[in-house]
Amino acid sequence: MNIKGKAWKFGENIDTDLIIPARYLNTSDPAELAKHCMEDADPEFVKKLSVGDIIVAGKNFGCGSSREHAPIALKAAGIGCVIAPTFARIFYRNAFNMGLPIFESKEASEDIAEGDLVEIHPSTGEIRNLTKGRTYKAQPIPPFMQELIQDGGLIAHILKTLK
Amino acid sequence: MTKPMTIAEKILAAHAGLDYVEPGQLVQVNVDIALGNDITAPIAIKIFRQTGIQKVFDAQRIALVSDHFVPNKDIKSAEQAKMLRDFAKEHGIVHHYDGGESGVEHALLPEKGIVLPGDVVIGADSHTCTYGALGAFATGVGSTDLAATMITGKTWFKVPESIKFIYNGRLRPWVTGKDLILYTIGKIGVDGALYQAMEFCGPVIDGLPMADRFTMANMAIEAGGKVGLFNPDEKTIEYAKARAKRPFTVYKSDENASYAQVVEFNAEDIEPQVAFPHLPENTRPISQVGDVPLDQVVIGSCTNGRIEDLAVAAQILKGRRVAQGLRLIILPATPTIYAQAMESGYLKTFLEAGAVIGPPTCGPCLGGHMGILAKGERALATTNRNFVGRMGHPESEVYLASPAVAAASAVLGKIAGPDSL
Repeated sequence: MNIKGKAWKFGENIDTDLIIPARYLNTSDPAELAKHCMEDADPEFVKKLSVGDIIVAGKNFGCGSSREHAPIALKAAGIGCVIAPTFARIFYRNAFNMGLPIFESKEASEDIAEGDLVEIHPSTGEIRNLTKGRTYKAQPIPPFMQELIQDGGLIAHILKTLK
Repeated sequence: MTKPMTIAEKILAAHAGLDYVEPGQLVQVNVDIALGNDITAPIAIKIFRQTGIQKVFDAQRIALVSDHFVPNKDIKSAEQAKMLRDFAKEHGIVHHYDGGESGVEHALLPEKGIVLPGDVVIGADSHTCTYGALGAFATGVGSTDLAATMITGKTWFKVPESIKFIYNGRLRPWVTGKDLILYTIGKIGVDGALYQAMEFCGPVIDGLPMADRFTMANMAIEAGGKVGLFNPDEKTIEYAKARAKRPFTVYKSDENASYAQVVEFNAEDIEPQVAFPHLPENTRPISQVGDVPLDQVVIGSCTNGRIEDLAVAAQILKGRRVAQGLRLIILPATPTIYAQAMESGYLKTFLEAGAVIGPPTCGPCLGGHMGILAKGERALATTNRNFVGRMGHPESEVYLASPAVAAASAVLGKIAGPDSL
């Protein structure tokens, strides 16, 4: 299943406090968390988003806390995927476990501009910039992980396989 | 002949039932302790309940600590702490800490001998890497990984590459473990050890007390590290033996183990450090800080809320007053530390200096409560992160430093080292 959306650009080292500030961590309700996603970077961000839009950021995206609330907030806000040259390791693991696809590509991160229309093919790792007519390469997402994402994350996937 | 391994590789191999592992290899390992707190455990508990599984893998090996939003700051956080309480009761969780028994998790667990050398520890908290000071492979995970481990007692890891950091020479006055780790992060950056194991070695490390080692291991995550490890020595073993209620195994890196990188520092080059907003890598030596007036100073947290930290602060604050208009907040990290500070007279010193003494809690470190900053305010803290909005308003600022610099700065009303007093 391909991912297609408008790109929103962010800088390097986007931390989990920026993705979802700790003052909202007295809940784990996805809809509630989504309202405050990236709020301290751009208070209007969630309002400007369309479902399926993607975040294109600099290196070390998701650094900081282990809060799963970060990928939950991004996913619940409607983000289709995140592209960055590298991800902080706990965020990397949490994103897949939450069913939020992420792609590592330095080239895509540097070349995609805000507002570009981007299409990603998870099974080949191909990132197409439809606005600029250019293609970048990331690691493909293996079939088991794609299935996990489609099921809605690790636990939903486990529950499905238990049935 | 056995192939040489690092301490990280040895612990993972032993817990995977293998003789040898190498970087990049995926392994499934048995977990000795799985930890959650009042922010992360509620999600893990919800997931656990969803699965319909009736029993946790081992009620002795799960730790649930309410420390972030305690004493509960509002109804929602009270309900989160209650979820831990109910779950602990239902499953007979031995290590559940709440109320007057609770403290900041990463100070509490080592103090109680719950985490030990040679352990594999996963915690749904990024500063779980603190236990690397004991020579344990300890790392932060999300709540979903915690839930899976609560069910199975296992988790999976990719064996990380290791970077060896060697600290040569002798420490200058007032330079502590906090300064060494801030200096290191300043040199390699907040992703300088991304996905990797940091191993701290050298003559300076050999002489470093346990408290300073905990501080250094604690901030490995601020360099992107998976773990921050110290090879156990006599101090480690003495610390662990005094507290352990179960046997433990000591692992050390082989001399000819291989590293992705070896980085050497000379301690003579290292002054007390201050990390400027808004990243822990924005470090400057105290001599180059300039004039930075402060509204608040916080001494506490899993990084620097131990009795040794309070002792340094008390030494500096004794007979002095906090600067007019500045709030000094001191949070002993555990009830035991609180009691020690009382018996040693530190609390009296703090009160006489004009400090606010709070309960053991993470509180302001993550902008939770008990010391939130208003718009435009500036704080210096002994905590671990200075991200945008970390301690309150998105337009406030946090500077990171050692307890010695924090105490001196509180007296002078601006960032300064103890030598400026």
